[in-house]
Amino acid sequence: MSQNADKILDHFTLFREPEYKEMLENKKKNFEQPVAEIEVAKVREWLKTPEYREKNFAREALTINPAKACQPLGAVFAAVGFESTLPFVHGSQGCVAYYRSHFSRHFKEPTSCVSSSMTEDAAVFGGLNNMIDGLANAYSLYKPKMIAVSSTCMAEVIGDDLNAFIKNAKEKQSVPMDFDVPFAHTPAFVGSHVTGYDNVMKGILAHFWDGKAGTVPKLERQPNGKINFIGGFDGYTVGNLREIKRIFDLMGVEYTIVGDNSDVWDTPTDGEFRMYDGGTTLEDAANSLHAKATISMQEYCTEKTLPFIALHGQETVALNHPIGIAGTDKFLMEVARLSGKEIPDALTKERGRLVDAIADSNAHIHGKKFAIYGDPDLCLGLAAFLLELGAEPTTVLATNGGKDWAVKVQALFDSSPFGKNCHVYAGKDLWHMRSLLFTDKVDFLIGNTYGKFLERDTGVPLIRIGFPIFDRHHHHRYPLWGYQGGMNVLVKILDKIFDDIDQNTQETAKTDYSFDIIR
Amino acid sequence: MAALRQIAFYGKGGIGKSTTSQNTLAALADLGQKILIVGCDPKADSTRLILHAKAQDSILSLAASMGSVEDLELEQVMKVGYKNIRCVESGGPEPGVGCAGRGVITSINFLEENGAYEGVDYVSYDVLGDVVCGGFAMPIRENKAQEIYIVMSGEMMAMYAANNIAKGILKYANSGGVRLGGLICNERQTDKELELSDALAKRLGTTLIHFVPRDNIVQHAELRRMTVLEYAPNSKQAEEYRTLATKIHNNIGKGIIPTPITMDELEELLMEFGVMNAVDESQVGLTAAELAAKAAA
Repeated sequence: MSQNADKILDHFTLFREPEYKEMLENKKKNFEQPVAEIEVAKVREWLKTPEYREKNFAREALTINPAKACQPLGAVFAAVGFESTLPFVHGSQGCVAYYRSHFSRHFKEPTSCVSSSMTEDAAVFGGLNNMIDGLANAYSLYKPKMIAVSSTCMAEVIGDDLNAFIKNAKEKQSVPMDFDVPFAHTPAFVGSHVTGYDNVMKGILAHFWDGKAGTVPKLERQPNGKINFIGGFDGYTVGNLREIKRIFDLMGVEYTIVGDNSDVWDTPTDGEFRMYDGGTTLEDAANSLHAKATISMQEYCTEKTLPFIALHGQETVALNHPIGIAGTDKFLMEVARLSGKEIPDALTKERGRLVDAIADSNAHIHGKKFAIYGDPDLCLGLAAFLLELGAEPTTVLATNGGKDWAVKVQALFDSSPFGKNCHVYAGKDLWHMRSLLFTDKVDFLIGNTYGKFLERDTGVPLIRIGFPIFDRHHHHRYPLWGYQGGMNVLVKILDKIFDDIDQNTQETAKTDYSFDIIR
Repeated sequence: MAALRQIAFYGKGGIGKSTTSQNTLAALADLGQKILIVGCDPKADSTRLILHAKAQDSILSLAASMGSVEDLELEQVMKVGYKNIRCVESGGPEPGVGCAGRGVITSINFLEENGAYEGVDYVSYDVLGDVVCGGFAMPIRENKAQEIYIVMSGEMMAMYAANNIAKGILKYANSGGVRLGGLICNERQTDKELELSDALAKRLGTTLIHFVPRDNIVQHAELRRMTVLEYAPNSKQAEEYRTLATKIHNNIGKGIIPTPITMDELEELLMEFGVMNAVDESQVGLTAAELAAKAAA
């Protein structure tokens, strides 16, 4: 026995013991009908060829490792950004277990969310009773101030009508008549998590602004000078929103963060469990109607929300996850223009420091080639920053990016001499990316945790920026936005570049003539 | 422009929903109304008389061939027919597979998001059979059809279906704005058809909007893929549809929340009119031989 109480091996080493090796070998030989090693190696090499790449891109009826999640994940993200709000997903339990674990693995925080626990009978007779019982239970057990309802595949296929169900549940006294239950249909098989974020954000604003599903008069807009800020679906929301608040406070701007997730995913350990923490107050959500303008940091997360806000008379500004100098400049100048406030010296200085840092490290980044994948806005922000650094984002891929996104990325390439040999791939998956990494060589890959399999297979070093990041801790605490955020991204990229140089120069008496302490 | 009026035609399969709705809508177009027809039947035959076509390419069949609904443009799915009536068919799967109800949801969302409802006075949904799943109830959700017209006849199963549809409407009427506009009897020449239909309408709390008499000219027009309004505008039948159209046009805001009845009540109704004899419970389920033996005993 390789395990005994005195010396316990964990899984890193346990399965390397001879008896396990032998067992796995036998399993393969006797039950897996193995092909010859030489054949496996041949196919492995063939997968790296341009010929296979052609076949891979001709693929029509199969998606392998899509770099996106489903609508209700984004729905839950948007919902927990509001004060004491419980996300309620109309569907089966397994779906909600996925959203909760996905967020908890990324933020290392519990994520409270309930399901209406639909089963076989609900699929046949409709989920009305689940809605009635679910709302009643959630309301009395977890005492939220608001329950935000979204839906899953099953509820959408059988056509459950959330508006009617919620009204019926209120009539059955599941929750008080005047309790806030905004809703959004979020079929998981349409769009991606950014679509779900958009739908719920619009659903919540429509609830407060347009008469709470016909139960109270619509609000009358009385314009004030405030600025609304919507961050979009963002894995760095904790660090980013705190940075944005710091910037707004420095400038003296009156603002409302619509959907503030920064506290609920960063609760302190002090003996008290906080099921809800922080978030946009319901009052602020309603009053955000009166703001002068709304800035969306991620255009593709607010494709329906921003036009809805514009229809109510506000000016809207859509950005694409700005990272770096030009992106942050544009953001700050828009804030200054809309609010009439000056950009303070403190921020100008931060800008100068970032420019300085970029100049200091320029020799190492200039001309390096990068492949990027992620959500449409993040890809745009990162690609713009790389171009600014004199690097080449030669491969940019978003599974949930559409044709209009591809046009926008191409326009970005065209705006810089470093964008000349860069290519955009809309609607492609990580198996496409795998082929591209073999045939169109890059120096580094930027993506989320799932990129580690690409790093292993292709040898291209992975820089972890995106959502989810499961295998590194606390990255979400540091902003990507603002000049400080740009600094963080720069350091992440540089660290990997230097790690890579060290990796390639440390063989004693062979390559170590360049194994320097100064880079 | 007046506010957009949305109506829907429901009814048992084969009752003449599509024929009745297309003729009525053609008559409404004659009255100068700008109309959009949304066919919500997987058979996709709700617009053939307007378009003179066998079957229009449906939203879902085009979406399936192109990969996804997001790839579609409105112009590809919307055809214009008689008197500029705009037509779309949601379409759906072959019998035995998939989910046609979801197709209705997808199609209506697509049409709304792509501005198909802009610049029309009427949107009319033509919906298959009973309200069998949430998808087929999509047209009666909040902010969709305001009035439902049930096409029926004096046959028992058609009346049964009409009652069932009323149950579906009731479910949504309490929480939303949908109302039953009335019944339209498409004559089958059954016994006391007018009286029965009128009585059922009263029981449901609504009115028999119109009794459309049977006329073979409808067949003649159908074979030419035309409405009677176009094929024989001066015929008596065309006049009937014009009357029906005017009645529906003037019925705005007069819809009601239906009061569906039980199966027993429906049977009683048929007995009341002498269409059906009282059921002798002691004889139910007995074969002729058993009955003879029983009589001899």
